[in-house]
Amino acid sequence: MLAFIVRRVLQSIIVMLVVALVSFSLFNFVGDPINNMVGQETTQQQREQLREELGLNDPFAVQFARFVGNAVQGNFGISYRLARPVDVVIAERLPATLELAFVSALFALVVGVATGVYTALNRSGIISRVIMTISLIGVSLPTFLIGILLIWVFAVQLQWLPSFGRGDVVDLGGWRTGFLTSSGLKALILPAITLGLFQLTLIMRLVRAEMLEVLRTDYIKFARARGLPDRAINFGHALKNTLVPVITITGLQLGSIIAFSIITETVFQWPGVGLLFINAIQFVDIPLMAAYLVLIALFFVVINLLVDLLYYAVDPRLRFDASTARGH
Amino acid sequence: MIRKPMIYALLLGTALGAMSLEASAQTLRFASQSDALTLDPHAQNEGPTITLAQQIHDPLIIRDDEMGIREGLAVSWETVEPTLWEFKLREGVKFHDGSDFTAEDAAFSLERARVPPSDYRNYISSISEVRVVDDYTLHIETSAPNPILPQQLTNIVMMSKAWAEEHGVEQAQNYAEGEENYAVRNAMGTGAFKLESRAPDERTVLVRNDDYWDADNIPMEVERVVFTPIASAATRVAALLSGELDLILYPPVQDLQRLEQSPDIQVKSTPENRTIFLGLNQGADDLDSDSVEGQNPLADKRVREAINLAIDVDAIQRVVMRGQSVPAGSIAPIYITGYQEEFDQRPDRDLDRARELLAEAGYEDGFSIDFACPNDRYNNDEAICQAVVGMLGQAGIEANLRAQTRSLHFQQLQNGELDFYMLGWGVPTFDSEYIFNFLYHTNDGERGSWNMTGFSNERMDELVQAMSGETDLDARDELIAEAWEIALDDLTYIPLHHEVLNWAMQANVDIPIRADNSPRFAHVTFD
Repeated sequence: MLAFIVRRVLQSIIVMLVVALVSFSLFNFVGDPINNMVGQETTQQQREQLREELGLNDPFAVQFARFVGNAVQGNFGISYRLARPVDVVIAERLPATLELAFVSALFALVVGVATGVYTALNRSGIISRVIMTISLIGVSLPTFLIGILLIWVFAVQLQWLPSFGRGDVVDLGGWRTGFLTSSGLKALILPAITLGLFQLTLIMRLVRAEMLEVLRTDYIKFARARGLPDRAINFGHALKNTLVPVITITGLQLGSIIAFSIITETVFQWPGVGLLFINAIQFVDIPLMAAYLVLIALFFVVINLLVDLLYYAVDPRLRFDASTARGH
Repeated sequence: MIRKPMIYALLLGTALGAMSLEASAQTLRFASQSDALTLDPHAQNEGPTITLAQQIHDPLIIRDDEMGIREGLAVSWETVEPTLWEFKLREGVKFHDGSDFTAEDAAFSLERARVPPSDYRNYISSISEVRVVDDYTLHIETSAPNPILPQQLTNIVMMSKAWAEEHGVEQAQNYAEGEENYAVRNAMGTGAFKLESRAPDERTVLVRNDDYWDADNIPMEVERVVFTPIASAATRVAALLSGELDLILYPPVQDLQRLEQSPDIQVKSTPENRTIFLGLNQGADDLDSDSVEGQNPLADKRVREAINLAIDVDAIQRVVMRGQSVPAGSIAPIYITGYQEEFDQRPDRDLDRARELLAEAGYEDGFSIDFACPNDRYNNDEAICQAVVGMLGQAGIEANLRAQTRSLHFQQLQNGELDFYMLGWGVPTFDSEYIFNFLYHTNDGERGSWNMTGFSNERMDELVQAMSGETDLDARDELIAEAWEIALDDLTYIPLHHEVLNWAMQANVDIPIRADNSPRFAHVTFD
């Protein structure tokens, strides 16, 4: 177990280095930050001087080595756009994204599993068909369109919910939360639905398919023959055995929710790291882009690691296999 | 059955909406595309940054809503000698912290703005020394006579020297240093609004300065300003329609009609202080990006004329810009000194004449050339370029459109890699010299830094240098007029149009629209 974790951590470091390398090599195609950083009266010579001071003229390898060297010491540089240290800015904006991702994932998981089970058990019911049809919309409509549609209905026409921003936030020692105010909670609803809808339909369809599969197996038939109540069969045996793939997908999707919150955050002007990243790209804010991409890579590897560990908890066979393998 | 709850919902919704409007009658909720980059008023010479800085601080000389100038923290100014200006400062002005504004603060601010790393150092590079004569008299020495110094000073705002020293921000933000400067998120000035809170990219709150020195002359009805940058145009418009915002900048052109039809919304428009045009590399011996070997077709004036005649700017205005542009005959925005209506007349489109001119120049079969455009800088920039490509195609010139993001476009332009490109130019000094200096003077590393056309004319250079030092305004106007004649005769640039800017607001909110796209919140009135 320990060896497994150590191995995975080492792999993770390599993954992050590769991500940093790839993203760094891509920055060459994003353009020149200097033009965004200075007024139009600035002379060529002054531009060149700034470029030199920022080390943008150095060869790629030197720039990359400097980035990694500084990053290891926890120094990600200063944002070209915001003129503030990158790690401070990201730390400030991360709570907004994590809260949104958490609520979206929760929404997707709870509603997704519930509707998945329901549609599997009542395959030919009218409600099931309605749900399945609606889920097609969730899968096929692009996120920004869903966001704009929700804004149009609930903010412009009905005026129930805000169309942008995070509402009022409460500062809990550096973590600014929107969970504690009514405007903060109201502001969460539309972005969370927008961000979670795709995941919801994915989880629902997965649970439904797995449930249908499991319900056909012999042990369910035997359980029925033994006269166990439906509830025990459906939830105690069938659902539990569908959970391994669901956990995998949900876990991996959590990474995607954080990474792809970019679009939702842009539509709703949600002040998280996704919006920060979009602004950074437009400005060619290299230090911020680099730090963000490495951070997202970190999220993915950590989540993957946690998912692998969760397998052990959920699936006793893995524990058994591991111990027997070591015994021989 | 479905109807009834919907109606209740709507009623409830409008009631909630009305309530929130009621409660915030004197709060102005404002949104624009992007946030100020910093609160440091001298660190970034950039639109949204200036807009925010001008609410909190005042310049010596104010650019009024009609783009003229009037007294700000200075009450009078005159040249004592050709290179020496005397400014009398306003007495009794207080900073937000209660301290007095004096000549010491003014001298400090000008000094801060004119030395590196301030982004205004080139803008006011003519200032060589600033001297405090007494508490309310300031002497500004310029290295050469500079008749447009008052115009330039409208963008330089005044900070408190004591405040800056207390917080260690005697210098503007320096990127290379890699540290955050206190002035990036804090500001204290003499302006109509005080800074209450600042979360960059998120929300900036200003509160009214009740002791403002000019309070008797301007409405000052807004008690609080909540500024939220909203990058997505659709969201910005939706939030205005839902009553969550009072004033937005950059409503998208395609939404204007719908906004105007809404009884609760009004839209204001004005030609902007910026002109969009096409640049042509006439200086190179041969172009890399064209199909002609061994010579440069753009060096032939007949070809430039043909391009000018082939482009139907009225059609672009009608179809691409939906009426939101003013066709231009020169690259001078209509507000600037030296603008003349007769220069701004464009010849009608004449395809036959264009083909004739091309044939005379030896290109009866046309030629092909790369055409570079930004796609996220100016209103509908890429769509304009697509239209131009089609129009040039009819004349026999095959333009290969390369539309890309602005950071790439301007990088390549600055590197001199573009032969045929789109550019827009705004004139912060409201004076022709700014155009000639950057766009027509020979690109010698000092002046002409945006002249990527290779255009170089001795007389033009003489005129530019002469007009920058000519203090006799009539004589200067003549120099400017002569320079415009040379510029227009050469057709260095193909003018397209002056941009039109729009502000959309709730019907009960009124604010004078400004051609510099920089609202003054103290001028807002509520019905």
